[in-house]
Amino acid sequence: MFPRGDQRLEDDRAPTGVGTANTQESTMTSPADLSVVEREPSPEEAQFDDLIAADSRIEPRDWMPDAYRKTLIRQISQHAHSEIIGMQPESNWITRAPSLKRKAILMAKVQDEAGHGLYLYSAAQTLGITRDEMMDQLIEGRARYSSIFNYPTPTWADMGAIGWLVDGAAICNQVPLCRASYGPYGRAMVRICKEESFHQRQGFEILLELMQGSDAQKRMAQDAVDRWYWPALQMFGPPDDQSPNSAQSMAWNIKRFSNDELRQRFVGMLVPQAEVMGVTLPDPNLRWNEERQAYDMSEIDWTEFEEVLAGRGPANAERIRRRREAHEEGAWVREAAAEYARKQAERRLAASGAVA
Amino acid sequence: MSAETGGRVASASERIETSHQDLDTPPSSATRSPDDAHGAHGSVTVDEVALAEELAGAGITGAGRVADADAAEYALRLGDDALVLAQQLGMWITRAPELEEDVALGNIGLDLIGHARSLLHYAGTATGRSEDDLAYWRDEPEFRNAWLFEQPNGDFAHTIARQLVASLYLYELYGALETSTDATIAAIAAKSVKEVDYHRDHAVQWVLRLAGGTDESRRRMIVAVTDTWPYVDELFDDDALVERLAADGVAVLPSTLRPAFEAAVDAVFAEAQLERPTGRTAFTASGGGREGRHTEHLGPLLAEMQVLARQHPGASW
Amino acid sequence: MSTPGEMGTEAWPLWEVFVRANRGLSHVHVGSLHAPDPDMAVRNARDLYTRRNEGVSIWVVPAEAITTSDPDAKGAFFESPAGKNYRHAVYYTKSEGVKHL
Repeated sequence: MFPRGDQRLEDDRAPTGVGTANTQESTMTSPADLSVVEREPSPEEAQFDDLIAADSRIEPRDWMPDAYRKTLIRQISQHAHSEIIGMQPESNWITRAPSLKRKAILMAKVQDEAGHGLYLYSAAQTLGITRDEMMDQLIEGRARYSSIFNYPTPTWADMGAIGWLVDGAAICNQVPLCRASYGPYGRAMVRICKEESFHQRQGFEILLELMQGSDAQKRMAQDAVDRWYWPALQMFGPPDDQSPNSAQSMAWNIKRFSNDELRQRFVGMLVPQAEVMGVTLPDPNLRWNEERQAYDMSEIDWTEFEEVLAGRGPANAERIRRRREAHEEGAWVREAAAEYARKQAERRLAASGAVA
Repeated sequence: MSAETGGRVASASERIETSHQDLDTPPSSATRSPDDAHGAHGSVTVDEVALAEELAGAGITGAGRVADADAAEYALRLGDDALVLAQQLGMWITRAPELEEDVALGNIGLDLIGHARSLLHYAGTATGRSEDDLAYWRDEPEFRNAWLFEQPNGDFAHTIARQLVASLYLYELYGALETSTDATIAAIAAKSVKEVDYHRDHAVQWVLRLAGGTDESRRRMIVAVTDTWPYVDELFDDDALVERLAADGVAVLPSTLRPAFEAAVDAVFAEAQLERPTGRTAFTASGGGREGRHTEHLGPLLAEMQVLARQHPGASW
Repeated sequence: MSTPGEMGTEAWPLWEVFVRANRGLSHVHVGSLHAPDPDMAVRNARDLYTRRNEGVSIWVVPAEAITTSDPDAKGAFFESPAGKNYRHAVYYTKSEGVKHL
């Protein structure tokens, strides 16, 4: 199952970071070994296999292979972490949004992301892991999230580029996940996809508005597109021939399309949209290849991706620091509420005892 | 900027499509084109959404009513209160004590931005300025918010103490303004009072939990109440402007809201076993926000809020 | 057996959320959340699950209070109705064409 001895493909180094988008890629606890010696499956295994073969859904209390459960816990929690960490680069601009309308839209969007993180943590929780555990993994740096959120957002145009490119790529990846074989995950994704439909549009509109504005605004927009284009394409994960984990995820109906299929599809959407806006996609080799019925594009620079993934990106430390601080500084509040609930329950008990 | 400034936003319905066309793609073999039709499982469509009229800006005030100078000044006070408070709550997002609270504080902040936009839009009609002209192109001495709203977030207890005072006050205020003789102010108040009612509930719930939780949370809540109370009086000060407007039934005299406010505080404090500050820490700040005098907290808050807009005069966003 | 996910080890317990989308419809399970107590649970549910007018009524239930059927007993539980077609109106074909039946 290791087509290459590439260290990227090993468990911990697996190109996992790309949570929102590429969680499919990121999730295998260990690369699936499909070459196990054939043996008679147990009845519950057979039932699981039948459900998958029928493209039915697996529900929380069903028997499932351990690797399937682990794969999902990892994928869904990474996806959740990505939503939560993904709030930060945008919340950076809530206080500085240049109009009140934009401020409201941005605040609503970031708030949606918190909600999406919560939906996904709930889904992961049905597989037997608590949110507290997942949060600990995140703030202790043991969990991955989409590495795209380790890039900074120095200008307002980044709000546009994130919506258009990052959310756009995420949607391409997420829509097929609405049919993921694990029921709670699919249902969470349906809700998320419905709510996210405005995220990409508002990003497009921010950039469009900038491109129709002053020269300074146009430069700001183009600069942001230049910075976010390649990281967005990387969100789909490594090329198919270097993505061994995909096969098992596709066999399990967790993943529905290959990395390259989705990347092509995404670029195909971007090209005409970039024309409408008047921005240039920063790839001189990008053109439609009639023969292949696909876009030719430059080689993606995976070294940078690896660097960011390995924790050497511009904002890795900052993202975790802020999440940890929020969590730690909020501890006394969470404890207070839990303690209050305990006291109230006691009082109710005492009161009912007094009556009885 | 978009339809809002062009008058009433028609109730529009739109089909959201973007990239969702493959929501009902089939169980795939990897080779299948993503655009094939109909899977075995519940196809997912993104619902048609009938967009409600946006409350902000033209939504309510777009009937073309122009505020007179006094009403505009009054709307400015209310609008600045909401705007400054919304700006503060915006800082909590990603930093709240729990993710559910990020969502809750976000909701409250969004409500307040809505109130601010409606009120500032109306205030601007007197002088031909937009909500954004007023939010982004006035300096500190031109802001008319009361000092309570510009006090920093502090820890969660301070934010909750400020929310408690603010929402109990705003609830009484908007409740009274529902019957304002100024139709625009009445309409904004009628919408806002329902939202502020929820803010009030949120603050009360948290005051009870912090005051009745752990020793640490109780200590923090008491400090927060002490630090917040100096800014209560200013909210209920009458002046010449509100007296003129109240005489016409446009505004309500702030002093008349105080008994109901105090009763509400009494009820919450009784349940939470809290007291108003007494003794040496029972300060009363002089106030002066309604005349444009502010504490040292407002300047940095405005600098941050306005920095980008001011780098690009005349730009559209 | 409570709903999946409740481990009883978290500071804030897990709540299952049910939302009535409109009058005339049942409350439908929409997901779960964490809250310290029922009052906060229903408020968090309002903030989390009805940001876009999705509901007119909310139920929250402690996840540990829900009893579920045993998934391993699927056969015993759910196969009994099979073979009882006479419970369905379409079973009765002779009355086809007769009005008001």
